[in-house]
Amino acid sequence: MRVSTDQIWSWLDAVPDPEIPVISVVDLGIVRDVRWDADTLVVTVTPTYSGCPATSIISMDIETALRDHGIGDLRIETCISPAWTTDWLSEKGRAKLEEFGIAPPQPAGGPERCPHCGSKAVEKVSQFGSTPCKAHWRCTDCLEPFDYFKCI
Amino acid sequence: MTRDEAFQQFLLRMGDNTLILGHRVSEWCGHAPVLEEDIALANTALDLIGQTQMWLGLAGEMGGGKTADDLAFLRDVWDFRNVLLVEVANGDFGRTLMRQFLFDAWHSIMLGRLLTSSDDRVAAIAAKASKEVAYHLERSAETVVGLGDGTEESHTRMQAALDYLWPYVGEMFVSDDIDAQIAAAGIAPNPADLRDEYDALVKRVLAKATLTLPESRFAHKGGRDGRMHTEHLGHLLSQMQWLQRAYPGASW
Repeated sequence: MRVSTDQIWSWLDAVPDPEIPVISVVDLGIVRDVRWDADTLVVTVTPTYSGCPATSIISMDIETALRDHGIGDLRIETCISPAWTTDWLSEKGRAKLEEFGIAPPQPAGGPERCPHCGSKAVEKVSQFGSTPCKAHWRCTDCLEPFDYFKCI
Repeated sequence: MTRDEAFQQFLLRMGDNTLILGHRVSEWCGHAPVLEEDIALANTALDLIGQTQMWLGLAGEMGGGKTADDLAFLRDVWDFRNVLLVEVANGDFGRTLMRQFLFDAWHSIMLGRLLTSSDDRVAAIAAKASKEVAYHLERSAETVVGLGDGTEESHTRMQAALDYLWPYVGEMFVSDDIDAQIAAAGIAPNPADLRDEYDALVKRVLAKATLTLPESRFAHKGGRDGRMHTEHLGHLLSQMQWLQRAYPGASW
């Protein structure tokens, strides 16, 4: 019996991103499609950054989660086009990022405010942070460093 | 040379550039002058290796079912098609960042043109890579300006780096029969056509960095066509390919 794709999406929404476990792989916008190809479930995933080492872990986590829900016949496809963009982060994901201490991406190219104290007095330390998708910033009011999710 | 063979050579040129530079930059991991720079270099290397998987993955598919790993680890010096610029030794931090800037400037212009490639797969890789390279260029340009227009010592070192690396720049703009064939098919621009835009960009940044562009247009060549790599590439490969050389076929 085929499980509805809505059900699959909701299962996937419980699979955490391995680097930022407060958001799900669905929040991150990297699950692009879920469909049935005859009796095989096909999940299409796109990498955030081309060299992101989390990509293969994410595919493995998705597979494990779906198998745990009884989906035995599945295939994960990787698709690089259209290229992933931070516009695909869900609103829920953005809010959770900030709660976790990571400033969500802004079209202006820098964080709107410090995710710790809310101050707008922030400065860039480095365009590259703890992972390729993040930059390293600091708040000049509370003096705490923080990650900013880069806009791409 | 058939169109497919020329196309495969083009893919090797793109993928070998990112592979060899990615490996070079990764050599800094754990050795950079400050933590933030260490992380930035490692992230840049990671992006480049990721892009390599796309370019060499496609080159391998065209070349009879090989993988990107096969091409990266099971070829020797004469098979590589990267420009000499990316294989030269890192030197000091300043030279590494100057090389990065000189490459990023070319890379960003090249990828920008590839967005409209007649081949959808090339356009897709370019779309993905160009987003990453925009950040590489922003950082390397800022660092070149910061160090060039920095202290007396940093200025001297950056000028020395530019003088050393400049003769390796010309090779990125030499067009041969393969390029002509690829350009005619609308897959990629002719490299020579990128030179004006490149010169304008580089001049603008180097002027801000208070550095003097060498006048000579002499260019070391031989990497893109594999005719003559520098001695540096063999040393690099002996490290990068160590596992496959010591234990052929090893996997996990």
